[in-house]
Amino acid sequence: MSTSQSASHEMGSEPAYMTGAQSLIASLEASDVDVVFGIPGGAILPAYDPMMDSTKVRHILVRHEQGAGHAAEGYASATGRVGVCMATSGPGATNLVTPIADAYMDSVPMVAITGQVPSASIGTDAFQEADIRGITMPITKHSFLITDPAQISQAIAEAFHLASTGRPGPVLVDIAKDALQAQTIFNWPESIDLPGYSPRTRPHSKQIREAAKLILSSRQPVLYVGGGVIRANASASLRVLAELTGIPVVTTLMARGAFPDSHTQHLGMPGMHGTVAAVGALQKADLLITLGARFDDRVTGKLSSFAPNAAIIHADIDPAEIGKNRAADIPIVGDVAEVIPELVAAINAEIELGNIGDYAGWWLQLNRLRETYPLGYDLPTDGSLSPQFVIERLGIISDPESIYAAGVGQHQMWAAQFIGYEYPGTWLNSGGAGTMGYSVPAAMGAKVGCPDKTVWAIDGDGCFQMTNQELATCTINDIPIKVALINNSSLGMVRQWQTLFYNERYSNTDLESHRFPDFVKLAEAYGAYGLQCDNHESVDATIEKALSINDAPVVIDFVVHRDAMVWPMVAAGTGNDEILYAQALAPDWGSDD
Amino acid sequence: MSRHTLSVLVQDQPGVLARVSSLFSRRGFNIESLAVGPTELPEVSRMTIVVNVEGLPLEQVTKQLNKLVNVLKIVELEAEASVQREILLVKVKADLESRSHILETVQLFRAKVVDVAQDAVTIEATGAHDKLVALLKMLEPFGIRELVQSGMVAMGRGSRSISDRSVRPSEKVAQQNQ
Repeated sequence: MSTSQSASHEMGSEPAYMTGAQSLIASLEASDVDVVFGIPGGAILPAYDPMMDSTKVRHILVRHEQGAGHAAEGYASATGRVGVCMATSGPGATNLVTPIADAYMDSVPMVAITGQVPSASIGTDAFQEADIRGITMPITKHSFLITDPAQISQAIAEAFHLASTGRPGPVLVDIAKDALQAQTIFNWPESIDLPGYSPRTRPHSKQIREAAKLILSSRQPVLYVGGGVIRANASASLRVLAELTGIPVVTTLMARGAFPDSHTQHLGMPGMHGTVAAVGALQKADLLITLGARFDDRVTGKLSSFAPNAAIIHADIDPAEIGKNRAADIPIVGDVAEVIPELVAAINAEIELGNIGDYAGWWLQLNRLRETYPLGYDLPTDGSLSPQFVIERLGIISDPESIYAAGVGQHQMWAAQFIGYEYPGTWLNSGGAGTMGYSVPAAMGAKVGCPDKTVWAIDGDGCFQMTNQELATCTINDIPIKVALINNSSLGMVRQWQTLFYNERYSNTDLESHRFPDFVKLAEAYGAYGLQCDNHESVDATIEKALSINDAPVVIDFVVHRDAMVWPMVAAGTGNDEILYAQALAPDWGSDD
Repeated sequence: MSRHTLSVLVQDQPGVLARVSSLFSRRGFNIESLAVGPTELPEVSRMTIVVNVEGLPLEQVTKQLNKLVNVLKIVELEAEASVQREILLVKVKADLESRSHILETVQLFRAKVVDVAQDAVTIEATGAHDKLVALLKMLEPFGIRELVQSGMVAMGRGSRSISDRSVRPSEKVAQQNQ
């Protein structure tokens, strides 16, 4: 992970006279920022003047601040670097609240810079004043309110350090307008002064040795892999650990891509819409080796019945995650990028002593589950287009290094299920917060960070209508993303719950998107290519056509069957053992445990 | 035992009290009392927080507090190994007849009268929580007209200082690692 400290020395410490605004831009340059997503306004205006002259920082003018925030998230998630967004005071800042909350839930390294009313006006309910630091306190890793121009460079250096180290997260820097306008001396700090912040990255060696012994003496272990493995860039060492031990792997919604889907040890995604094999493996395990995961309720189902026989090894860089939801037998505080190689070394040492794990019986059980209950779907009987088919074909036809940014809902789950992810950073989504509207701006940010990769926004017709104005940003700034719109004319996941739990009473989930808007025309109005597809025969050709276009964004309106449902499913509030493979079809767990 | 006393050293910066109190409210932790004030170090403030953690481990409270960037150090002060004090001011109805009884009670508790009016006395008392509860119980029959009470402040017994190594970052981490 990049830190601002490395950049600090390039600048030297030669003081220079400039405005606070110039100091801000110089600080962003010193932090190696190459792109900022934002919208100017009164309070942040002074910063936009020197921004114009920067040759290092590219500013991308978005159409709504929420788009700026999600774009910064998409950029960060695809590149591993810190994403930066900027907005003015008041409504500009409050429009960033959703992406900030999203970044906090999914541990995305992000720095949000907002203008604030002049310091003398703070607290007077001035025009466009909002206490954005107070508003975002529970959803930021840390925040700053700067009223002294001399503190700008220090705050920016600290913000980037905080956002990118330890458990990554969003940091807000709110700067009063008069601090941006005043003269100051720019001094890039030589060091970071945060006495209360020192994340522990190096695991305790005794815990590692105990974990290694427990792993080799267990009979039914599972590597329960979370998004922390991707944030820590630890996929390669995870693969070493998995292959050394032969232990089955499950990757959570946030960890899709952390371990290749094509790998035989991969059982898929656990959780509410996980595979029967992944969910079953966790339930029947005698040991969970938890790496950068947090026992989220969407993974555990009813906590009291989750993995009832499993001992827990829990490695996380955030000590507060350990023991929060499930007690850990072996807690390991540390960066998984350091934890995993040390585990590998400790396991190798045990193996040399003749201590070898035997999981053959375990694999027999798991293979039976995997073979009996593969992921699948039925084609609609009326001949209308299957959304799962569309998404599956998208994954097969596109280059394996393509990046997919999903919205939230049924299409998100199908994209997590039916696309094979081979590389970390190729699957972006709003996992913790579940933010509809994430997809298009996140795809835009990812494309800016990875211009040579194909970037798909897999979106629903509900989500798409929350943030699609960023198509204008994409067209104008030459950011040719591709949008696969899974248009089922409804808020599909909510509709699915109404089908299953509310007697098919469809209260306010029919968006009537088959009537309005005309998505093809809408795409064209934004200068994008608009394609439509409503039958299985033309799916491949439409995808290929979209892949051949690179001079502008493309939107494909896939008109799909509206009653398709996401399966398997663990209903909210029930235990994982009650997973249904399909409607009213419980898996046969066998009697061999 | 669900009541714990935490001494929290924090950087003396604007907003730090809001961060701590908002953390408690957001995570559903119950604060019974909170007192903030300066310390022997100019840039460090000290909070004494009495927290009621019915149904969730104290560990989660301290871990979440430790994540706040402005928090330097957290120490739990056990009642036996620390001096714990609250201060209370109470205005009690007192006519000529009851006044001497009230003064007797005040002396018993080693409290003191800090203001006298025709029909009331104001009493200042310092002590541990239980002592103040007992004093109030004794004063109640006379009629309590007004009551104000501080949060608890506490300090460990013996010669060591909580801030001895407070600004050394490794300290904070070591505590998090059970």
